[in-house]
Amino acid sequence: MTATTIYVPRDSAARSVGADEVALSIAKEAALRKIDIVTVRNGSRGALWLEPLVEIATEQGRIAYGPVEVSDINSLFDADFLRGGSHPLALGKTEEIPWLARQDRITFARVGINDPLSCLDYEKNGGLVGLRRALEMKAEEIVAEVTESGVRGRGGAGFPAGIKWRTVLQADSDLKYICCNADEGDSGTFADRMLMEGDPFTLIEGMTIAAVAVGAREGVIYLRSEYPDAIATIRQAIDLARANGWLGRNILGTGKEFDLRIRVGAGSYVCGEETAMLESIEGKRGVIRSKPPLPAIYGLFGKPTVINNVLTLASIPAILADGAAAYKSRGVGRSLGTQVFQLAGNIARGGIVETAFGVTLDTLVNDFGAGTLSGRPVRAVQIGGPLGAYFPITSFSISMDYESLLSAGGMLGHGGIVVFDESVDLAVQAKFAMEFCAIESCGKCTPCRLGSTRGAETIQKIMDGDDLGANKKLLLDLCEVMTDGSLCALGGLTPMPVKSAMIHFPEDFDSRTERIR
Amino acid sequence: MTFAPWSKEAAISVLATTRDEPGPVLISLQALQKYFGYVPPDAIALVADACNVSRADVHGVLTFYHDLQINPVPRNTVHLCGAEACQAVGARELAKALEESGNVRIETAYCFGNCALGPAAMVDGKLIGRATVEMLIAATEGGKAS
Repeated sequence: MTATTIYVPRDSAARSVGADEVALSIAKEAALRKIDIVTVRNGSRGALWLEPLVEIATEQGRIAYGPVEVSDINSLFDADFLRGGSHPLALGKTEEIPWLARQDRITFARVGINDPLSCLDYEKNGGLVGLRRALEMKAEEIVAEVTESGVRGRGGAGFPAGIKWRTVLQADSDLKYICCNADEGDSGTFADRMLMEGDPFTLIEGMTIAAVAVGAREGVIYLRSEYPDAIATIRQAIDLARANGWLGRNILGTGKEFDLRIRVGAGSYVCGEETAMLESIEGKRGVIRSKPPLPAIYGLFGKPTVINNVLTLASIPAILADGAAAYKSRGVGRSLGTQVFQLAGNIARGGIVETAFGVTLDTLVNDFGAGTLSGRPVRAVQIGGPLGAYFPITSFSISMDYESLLSAGGMLGHGGIVVFDESVDLAVQAKFAMEFCAIESCGKCTPCRLGSTRGAETIQKIMDGDDLGANKKLLLDLCEVMTDGSLCALGGLTPMPVKSAMIHFPEDFDSRTERIR
Repeated sequence: MTFAPWSKEAAISVLATTRDEPGPVLISLQALQKYFGYVPPDAIALVADACNVSRADVHGVLTFYHDLQINPVPRNTVHLCGAEACQAVGARELAKALEESGNVRIETAYCFGNCALGPAAMVDGKLIGRATVEMLIAATEGGKAS
């Protein structure tokens, strides 16, 4: 009998709830029972509520069991799970799990399927098709294809990637850079991390296509220190890509040159802002630069630089492989393609949901997410990270795309959705937004550096019932000054969670002593 | 994780591996911290010399980044996520209970990217999901024993 292949994710979220221990325990039990198995540590499928999700390769396809604990291993073997036997944790065929089957995965197409560091699997599953096509195209044609696809910056700003690339392509310089912003600091977002841990070659391929398109020979991935597993995986992937001639002086035998370095962050949120990131890569304090000049003209070490988020760059291989038309056939209005939404916080079924733009918030939170983890009613969601707006459940019909969220007074950001149940106090959350800004401000702009501390103090006064009317007015005035008087999104957008909380949850900003809950 | 005791000679040899990198100051400080567990003020002049920048520049970088520590970090440190997604599943209450347990030192971190399985924490480089007080105390004790 040939060995059965078992998949246990190596993703750090899966490991955080015991995937390593489960893999070890399965191997031990198989040895005891003298059963031949091969364990593959794949990326996560993104259904984090089912982690650790163990899959078995059978003749009918992959069969899933989850969430598996070490104490379940014995009974799984007894139930003959290696042949897909029935068990309380059995989920059937992985690809037929409704939560996964309803998604439309492009950027995350390969995440969770295979060993993320297998070059063979990568090519077998459609890897390098986009790069090979790009290498046969003229630089202008690649940029035109990316522009035509409509893909916009997934980091949060939503700027069309093709236009940014065109600026760098047209810049006259002997040296240009591709910088990947992997400083995914927003709470409620983890798609960059999962992609880097689960399909790192896609990011490398996307960066290489960008390099070929704009004429860059060097690239940097700025990766946060809070992601040690992603750092290790990307480092290994870069070494393997070099060894295979996917990176280096002669990419896929075409004579084109591109190589990559990693720079690890040092625990600063503001370094996710692109100009602060450039300063940090240059080894300096992460103080933001004023724009213009744009990084596309004057970027890393003063050279023209493409800066894109992980998800933007990871979408590029599929766009080149399948064409711009296939990509832009999805989505609504000017939000084209798919968005990798991340369901987080107090949610029963959290994880990665990749689907076309235009899905409603209700579908994401209630259908995919199945409401709160605590079982209590949803009261609020925060969309787009710590600088994003808080919305009440009356907003759940909202279409999830750049323009709709903007007109609702929010933003899509990096696509993270944090769910809160009825125990949340929005005044406390608003105060936290100000406190977080005070901790993470780079200090360059006075409204951000000082306003955030004054803002937290003023919200505390409101919570204490101290001269409510005057302090609310003062807080709104302060928000306006921060929005208009800060150079970057940290100071400029911290008012968004504060004001949205005041607008949608005014009862939380009444005097604590008078409140009856 | 174990660290080498501070010595000027060792620091200079660490800096020899980073000083030629483009924009070497931050990466040099990170390398020292990885080797010694912290970056003592004595290191500032060495880094300035190795990277050919002023001591003020090095001081500026050292004091800007939350990761860089100027004192040794106690072994029983828990990096606890204090961001919104973890707040939504009781991170504030967890921090309070952990503090009251008196057994560990808490460093607040902002997001480990484990936002669907919070509260999240990191102990000795290991990520912990759905964290409880008991789990975190056990994890720091495991770290001490190794």
